[in-house]
Amino acid sequence: MKHTLKTLMATTAFAAITAQAAAATELEFYFPVAVGGDAAAVIEGMTDAYMAANPDVTIDAIYTGSYADTTTRAITAARGGNAPQLAILLSTDMFAMIDEDLVLPWDDFLTAAEMESWIGGFYPAFMRNSQTDGKTWGIPFQRSTPVIYWNKEAFAAAGLDPDTAPATWDDMVAYGTALTLRDDSGSVTQWGVRIPSSGFPSWLFTGLVASNGQDGLANTAGTEVYFDTPEVVGALEYLVSLAAEHEIMAPGILDWGATPRAFLDGESAIIWTTTGNLTNIRSNATFDFGVGMLPANVRPGAPTGGGNFYLMKGSDDEQTLAAIDFVKWATAPEQAADWSIATGYVAPREDTWETERMQAYAAEVPGALVAREQLAYAVPELSTFEGPRITQIMNDNIAAAIVGDKTPAQAMADAQDAADAVLSIYR
Amino acid sequence: MFRRDWLIALAFLAPALILLFGFTHYPAIQTVIDSFWSTARGRRPAVFVGWDNYARMVQDEIFRRAMINNAIYAAITIPASVALALAMALFVQSRILGRGFLRLAYFTPTVLPLIAVANIWLFFYLPGFGLFEQLRGWAGLSPRNWIGSPDTALYAVTAVTVWAQAGFFMIFYLAALQTIPPSLREAAAIEGCSPLTFFRRVTWPLIMPTTLFISVNATINAFRTVDHIFVMTQGGPNNASMLLLYYIYEQGFRFWDTAYASALTVVMVVLLALVGIGQFFWLDRKVHYR
Amino acid sequence: MRPPRTPDRILFVAGAWALALIWLLPLAYAVWTAFHPAEFETRFALFAPLTLENFVRAWNAAPFARYFVNTIVLVTMVLAAQLILCSLAAFAFARFEFPGKNLLFALVLVQLMVMPDILLVRNYATMGSLGLIDSILAIGLPYFASGFAIFLLRQTFKTVPRELDDAARVEGCSWLGLLWRVYVPLAKPTMLAFGLVSVSHHWNNFLWPLIITSSVETRPLTVGLSIFATTDSGTEWSIITAATLITSAPLLIGFLLFQRQFVQSFMRAGIK
Repeated sequence: MKHTLKTLMATTAFAAITAQAAAATELEFYFPVAVGGDAAAVIEGMTDAYMAANPDVTIDAIYTGSYADTTTRAITAARGGNAPQLAILLSTDMFAMIDEDLVLPWDDFLTAAEMESWIGGFYPAFMRNSQTDGKTWGIPFQRSTPVIYWNKEAFAAAGLDPDTAPATWDDMVAYGTALTLRDDSGSVTQWGVRIPSSGFPSWLFTGLVASNGQDGLANTAGTEVYFDTPEVVGALEYLVSLAAEHEIMAPGILDWGATPRAFLDGESAIIWTTTGNLTNIRSNATFDFGVGMLPANVRPGAPTGGGNFYLMKGSDDEQTLAAIDFVKWATAPEQAADWSIATGYVAPREDTWETERMQAYAAEVPGALVAREQLAYAVPELSTFEGPRITQIMNDNIAAAIVGDKTPAQAMADAQDAADAVLSIYR
Repeated sequence: MFRRDWLIALAFLAPALILLFGFTHYPAIQTVIDSFWSTARGRRPAVFVGWDNYARMVQDEIFRRAMINNAIYAAITIPASVALALAMALFVQSRILGRGFLRLAYFTPTVLPLIAVANIWLFFYLPGFGLFEQLRGWAGLSPRNWIGSPDTALYAVTAVTVWAQAGFFMIFYLAALQTIPPSLREAAAIEGCSPLTFFRRVTWPLIMPTTLFISVNATINAFRTVDHIFVMTQGGPNNASMLLLYYIYEQGFRFWDTAYASALTVVMVVLLALVGIGQFFWLDRKVHYR
Repeated sequence: MRPPRTPDRILFVAGAWALALIWLLPLAYAVWTAFHPAEFETRFALFAPLTLENFVRAWNAAPFARYFVNTIVLVTMVLAAQLILCSLAAFAFARFEFPGKNLLFALVLVQLMVMPDILLVRNYATMGSLGLIDSILAIGLPYFASGFAIFLLRQTFKTVPRELDDAARVEGCSWLGLLWRVYVPLAKPTMLAFGLVSVSHHWNNFLWPLIITSSVETRPLTVGLSIFATTDSGTEWSIITAATLITSAPLLIGFLLFQRQFVQSFMRAGIK
């Protein structure tokens, strides 16, 4: 409310000043906050700063909840004929937005030089989820990647080197075995590792698939998925074996939201979760912890995730150009550095890391650098037409394998069949 | 005179009936029509597909799962809520230590939004460090991942529903019990009639209409109460706690497949109508002859 | 007359208390967690330090003040509309004879089962064509004509003796005046009981508001709470429970103060 009031006051003030001049360009901007904390305040601070520097533009930044909520809102508003000009939506929503005919490609509004200097400056790993069919549909902004966090005290207590992360799948099993502690009755008091399987199971699973040698789960056109390959089945077998065979992870589905708490409470010694949790864990951990890349098998690998800026249809050219100008400003080194430091999201461009602030931050929190290093091995997150449905098919079958309803091979064969049935009309 | 009466009646009825038709009957009918069309996407308009959406439902294992789950959910929540509501009402109806406190305790779930409390229940059920797990530690039982394993997830969310509604239903029983004349109880006590016999012979028959009313409400809630699913399981693991209304939400507002969601809604409405209409006319008669 | 202390009686009391403690557990946990630092979310140490910081953080993390206003506007609007529209309709059903009365009443009763909550997809489309998506009116509108309220009020109105309205009519009272001066006062307990049911239902309703709202200006508390609780990073119970207590405090306090009247109004309303 405070913000709306501010916007209102700002709008009124500008209206008074520019009453005789041309009306200000008004933009509506939907944004989700997926990492909690004060990210919403940071975004609002950014739009305020932009408006102060560009008095002819007003931006109404509307906090629209989670990613799913924001997508729902954007689709709803567009169908109702009052789409925002700009929205941050999941990078994986690209195909759905194209399918619903709600977004504009950025290329149409950029010169060749801008394409090279601006678009070309983003990490290619992020652009893989932002471009299809030769066009750019999303500008990376609040992007993340999963990493592992490990409890150094628990490592030392188990006789492991507290400064060495498990680098391979085998390491993780070996370390996990040493880290899994049981009391006299045989109940586990500390689990070796926790890979949460609610919330975003297919995302973390893509990391296993990538390290098992497969470059993502779908083609770039969003019409084919590769769920039943030996690499994918092998990744799922490994995931299942952590609980079923090695007994270093708790059985059953493990809650995503409770994962930081499990780490902070010492329930699990190694967790897999997003870089977006860095700030949360850093401020609440009562022990030394390390941040590392996901363990490799045949190669290192991890998916990217998170949200992109989308240009929504239904605005006039003036608004669209103003929106693009704002996005350019928001992704410029200084702003992107502020954003990355405040939230833990990965700065999406190389030039951001060259700013003084970012270098000082990286020196203070070396964990922040892990995500950047990992980008060299990053693969795209699962993204196709009918994305939420395809992801749900994958998630259900991962769950079925984890709880033992299906063998990993069976689960992935079923997932492939179900996904093919949905995607056939798009081919 | 007669005609004027009709007009006045119509004027009294019109505002309510227009809204009622607009948001209940019209959408119900329109949903049936929608269910015979495909979902419009930005690039593809809707086309008439006949029974396709229903044929798809027959093939849909998740739908089947949701139906079975919903049947189990109803079969547990309805009798359990009614029985617990009655027990609560009998407890706080009698002269008992801390009556006001008990009444408040039973009633609290009604004033706590289920969507918020679901987070607390989620913590209770967490494996490893959740509350039940800590209690289990003392009791020396084997560990369980209540909402993370398909054997227990549905029952875990079912228990939350019973918790959420029993105290609300208690109020209805309490009101009913208070209308039973105390003289009856005194007379029965003098006759040497045991409290159990008194309950069976006098109380139970007298509160029968309330029981019916509560069961009808519990039946509707068995289809309608899905708030906690959003927080606790999202229908998982592998659809083990999928319920019909949550599935409709998922199809309609996460996958944006409104046509299939409409077909699912039709099934739900038919189910509710079948269960409901009979019950209601019976209830109405009971209340009349009271 | 004090009940005797028989084993039966002891079992009865123990059962009552055991049930109450189980029922109170979530609230007890909410109070514990909300008043302690986050590290005590999962540990219950007797002398853990107390803090109000969770409330401050929760209050600052989301525009709860606005959500409160939205919810209060919503429940007031819904209840007022329900009482007015449904009294009118119930009066017609109770006091007039007209063709098709039974059929219309049956159609009203249909809504007791087929609640607007279930017809999400289509009602959403209707709101779209009315241009009402993302408005508080849209959250409430489908509930204005409540089948339950019409049914209850009709039952109550039918118990009003005919002689009363004949007398009023002879004195030149209009039908509307009759409803207002004779029927409504007599139906007050019913209205109070229904009002409490309606308010607590709409205060806690989630699914339909989730779908139909998309901005801070329209979101009720439940939707605000759910957005606030579902971050992708991790569940912070200390803040969530603080927010839960903030949002349910009005109803909780309301029930504490009025629980006697609450039950009595149900009794007198003949909802049973």
